[in-house]
Amino acid sequence: MTGGGAQYSEAFAALGGGGPPAWLADLRKAALAEFSTLGFPTTRNEDWHFTSVTPIAERTFRSAKPPSGAPPLTELLEAVTGDPAWPRAVFVNGSFDGSLSSLGGLPQGVRVNTLTAALKEEPEFMAAHLGKLATFDAQAFTAFNTAFAQDGLVVRVPRELKVPLPLHIIHVADAQAAGCMLHPRLLVMVEELAEFAIVESFVSFNGTEYFTNSVAEATVGNGARLHHYKVQRESREAFHVGTMQVAQGRSSLFHSFSYASGAALSRTNIYAKLLGEGAEVQLNGLYLIDGSQHADHQTFVEHIAPSCASRELYKGIVDGDAHGVFNGKVFVDPEAQKTDGKQSNHTLLLSPTARVDSKPQLEIFADDVKCTHGSTVGRLDEIALFYMKSRGIGAENARALLTYAFAAEVLETVELDALRDGLEHIAFQRFTHTDQR
Amino acid sequence: MLKIENLHCSVGEKEILKGISLSVNAGEIHAIMGPNGSGKSTLAQVIAGHPGFEVTQGTIDYEGSDLLDMEPEVRAQKGVFLAFQYPVEIPGVTNAYFLRSAYNEIRKARGDEEMDPMEFLDLMEAKLKLVDMDTALLHRSVNAGFSGGEKKRNEILQMAVLEPKLAILDETDSGLDIDALRVVAGGVNALRKPDNATVIVTHYQRLLNYIVPDFVHVLAGGRIVKSGGKELALELEAKGYDWLVEAA
Ligand SMILES: Nc1ncnc2c1ncn2[C@@H]1O[C@H](COP(=O)(O)OP(=O)(O)OP(=O)(O)O)[C@@H](O)[C@H]1O
Ligand SMILES: [Mg+2]
Repeated sequence: MTGGGAQYSEAFAALGGGGPPAWLADLRKAALAEFSTLGFPTTRNEDWHFTSVTPIAERTFRSAKPPSGAPPLTELLEAVTGDPAWPRAVFVNGSFDGSLSSLGGLPQGVRVNTLTAALKEEPEFMAAHLGKLATFDAQAFTAFNTAFAQDGLVVRVPRELKVPLPLHIIHVADAQAAGCMLHPRLLVMVEELAEFAIVESFVSFNGTEYFTNSVAEATVGNGARLHHYKVQRESREAFHVGTMQVAQGRSSLFHSFSYASGAALSRTNIYAKLLGEGAEVQLNGLYLIDGSQHADHQTFVEHIAPSCASRELYKGIVDGDAHGVFNGKVFVDPEAQKTDGKQSNHTLLLSPTARVDSKPQLEIFADDVKCTHGSTVGRLDEIALFYMKSRGIGAENARALLTYAFAAEVLETVELDALRDGLEHIAFQRFTHTDQR
Repeated sequence: MLKIENLHCSVGEKEILKGISLSVNAGEIHAIMGPNGSGKSTLAQVIAGHPGFEVTQGTIDYEGSDLLDMEPEVRAQKGVFLAFQYPVEIPGVTNAYFLRSAYNEIRKARGDEEMDPMEFLDLMEAKLKLVDMDTALLHRSVNAGFSGGEKKRNEILQMAVLEPKLAILDETDSGLDIDALRVVAGGVNALRKPDNATVIVTHYQRLLNYIVPDFVHVLAGGRIVKSGGKELALELEAKGYDWLVEAA
């Protein structure tokens, strides 16, 4: 299954060479060339061993046209989790929609630009940073995105500024996205001692079969803090690959939470490089899948500098014939003494045909380190179910409550109240098929 | 109210109950005593509907219906309650939510309106007083990290809220200090009604000073080897079980 690029060379040509500026045209060409060489990954590729992207590879998605008409704002805000008062940037079928967006609530100093505008208005910054963290060598999907990304967001938070409200980036795909590929791009720079939170929601409005291939790259400066919440609720027929690459400075914090319940096939990559001493990374996630859904999370923490900490908690709830995958990679450089790493992955299988593959991968080259990992795969506790039933709680409700309880531990790590409540609500609804809480 | 006849039950190949017959009428208090491993908890769990035990022979009639034919939740909805010897921890579900779900499902099953959260909290306040329990425990996960005594009080709290017709207390007194014992016994006595019945599994005569039984049964080797009045408990306290087990 090679020739990923060849399949798309016509679409690439239609974009008109990928520039200007010239460096961007070169970058895109190089990306397309890499994508052509690599092709889509197969399950022989160790990083894709449990996830076959054949359904993506065997289709040829079209470039999305600028949408005619957009969902009404009120309905859009109802469809996403979070607080409607948060500043937001809305992308409809991959294109920025200024009328649905509202960035006024951000404090002065925070620069938010679309990719297109940033290339015009801050070309030097873009040339220095675009594609520098999210490199595409041996990364087919990142190469694919780099070649095709038309729109996206560039966010810069100046030093020492603690932004009180999160920025909500809403990616919505509607019926017009059918058969299309969307390649959103995000570039984030949080300067020294600043603090910022981003919520990225992927939702669909009567969306059907489309392919989201998003790439984000973020720099977290010395002493800075970045929170990134990803809520993947794509259409059940859609495909989703999302890659985030983060570089962290001294004593910085990167906190990531990934929620995934949508898409027929999804893959989330979260890669953090701990480059400065004393940095901390927290990677949490929850996925809920059923039917024939497939959800894969790969995390990769590179401990490059000494005295850094990584904390990871991923939970999955798999029902029906669904298949969950978790691959948590931790690399500890010989220089990274006093590394403190902890990874846990727990999966709950709700049906006899539900499956999970969980693979921790530790590569440790320093000697004074503390790295642990734990992984469990279980079913609902029969004794707890009996206990609940013995109090009069019906079988279905008892199962739902226990399932919800399993998810609660990781949902509690969401620090934004409106987002946590929203996610708790949809998770609870999904398990109980009711609307009461 | 409850009529058990020639009940046999097994786990796998192992027969644990070997022909139990026992009748409990409304208004009565029965105590079940007996050596460790004799089958007391098994009997209690079978009545509550534990799926791990297979009833191979015999019947249990509860208020004119076949109890063994009912799902555990249906038994609870019809008024059967078991205070577990080892209450189960449910991390992630708050005590308050758990209790309200149980309470409302039981009401629904009986054709009553569900109670809203605020109203329910008022009810809880009163019940908490009855078992002298801290409100904070309501907002913690069910039994998770509770001390042994707190777990036992929590069982009685659940009983107080659900107001069962037939309550079975499996060693609710074990692990309680003297004050807690008095509180728990006070709770049980306060909930007594002429149309309710209570079965108490215990190793200690002490509890029976507070909750005075009408009948005492001795279970040994999966059989009831002796039944008597409340004096039997005193006799057991003095003589142990050997004389009965040997005779049986
Ligand atoms: N799930 C099980 N599998 C195998 N054996 C079991 C199981 N449950 C109970 N038993 C056995 O059945 C017997 C009776 O156990 P039970 O818990 O009913 O005793 P008990 O009278 O309540 O004892 P105690 O006073 O110690 O609480 C014991 O020998 C016990 O090991
Ligand atoms: Mg017992």
